[in-house]
Amino acid sequence: MARVTAGVATSHVPAIGAAMDLGKMSEPYWMPLFKGYEFSRQWMQKNTPDVIFLVYNDHATSFSLEIIPTFAIGCAGQFAIADEGWGPRPVPAVQGHPELASHIAQSVIEADFDLTIVNRLDVDHGLTVPLSLLFGERKAWPCRVIPFAVNVVQYPPPSGNRCYQLGKAIRRAIESFDDDLDVQVWGTGGMSHQLQGPRAGLINKEFDTRFLDRLVTDPEGLAKMPHIDYLREAGSEGVELVMWLTMRGALDAQVNEVHRFYHVPASNTAVGHLILENRRS
Amino acid sequence: MALDKPYADIPGTTIFDADQARKGYALNMFCTSLMKASNRERFKGNERAYLDEWPMSEEQRQAVLARDYNRMIALGGNIYFLAKIFATDGKSFQYAAALMTGMSQEDYARMMLSGGRSPEGNRRKGEQG
Repeated sequence: MARVTAGVATSHVPAIGAAMDLGKMSEPYWMPLFKGYEFSRQWMQKNTPDVIFLVYNDHATSFSLEIIPTFAIGCAGQFAIADEGWGPRPVPAVQGHPELASHIAQSVIEADFDLTIVNRLDVDHGLTVPLSLLFGERKAWPCRVIPFAVNVVQYPPPSGNRCYQLGKAIRRAIESFDDDLDVQVWGTGGMSHQLQGPRAGLINKEFDTRFLDRLVTDPEGLAKMPHIDYLREAGSEGVELVMWLTMRGALDAQVNEVHRFYHVPASNTAVGHLILENRRS
Repeated sequence: MALDKPYADIPGTTIFDADQARKGYALNMFCTSLMKASNRERFKGNERAYLDEWPMSEEQRQAVLARDYNRMIALGGNIYFLAKIFATDGKSFQYAAALMTGMSQEDYARMMLSGGRSPEGNRRKGEQG
């Protein structure tokens, strides 16, 4: 049977991808950020899963305003790297897991979560920056990836609680898959940041720290936080953090916090990162 | 009944909600078109003529020509779509963010390095008096 072994949360700032692609990792601006992922890369080498279920958002790349699915699951065998306007990032294409993805889609829809099924999807920095951060530069990614896109572009995104409950349903779906697979669930985006208007540049370290704490120890309570609190406290783009709750919902109530990192700034954004393990695994 | 918009009192912030998305549909779809290199070339060759191909308001076209991002946002633009314009101009997210705050890019970068804009006094309109 397939099992969920761990969860990873990380921000997915495009400038981080650009810094890696242009070889700027050892510059004073970027060094502290990449240092925070050194442990994570070692941990990933020892704990490489068969499949990553990667919750992210598309940034007006593959989904324009023509079609805006709230939750979209990538069921294809391969996902190309998107051209976001300055050419695709020089990273390997993403190999999917169509059998597990379509199993999850059917199970989760039967459990009342109405997913959109996507059989063709170019993936943008929201998905590739987390892979680059955790695996470094690679000729091929070391595992399969199921992209799971959440709408956080047009308000409202799904509620925190909806994302959290969906995480639980995704776990049940994974654990009802017959093949013997280790699966990690990743939640990406955030933390506090605002990219638009005169309030751009907002960072709220206190909010972020509390969010990290509660995600580990009080996810049920955290899931009830209304969108207005994210918008006001963590910036208009900080609401991306609801995606982390899907990852958390797919884990046990009690988890081990293996690693935590927090850093300001990466361009306009506060970067947060957690690795959580299920205790029974 | 009107939609409840508890976010309307956040200063310096426009939430891209259903009303904004409806207003900005053509503007944002124009931005999407700039993801193709051939369209970027045509736009750069004659911005006015390219904008005239889209069913946008004259106000929206003027805001694009002036690269007035706050105005574009007020008229229904979304920052992830507008990013295609400043990417076409070869500018970064931090450049655009600084521009929208009215700060120089140096001052903005310095603010970010020292921890970003504090939420204190920036949660509700009128807090700063």
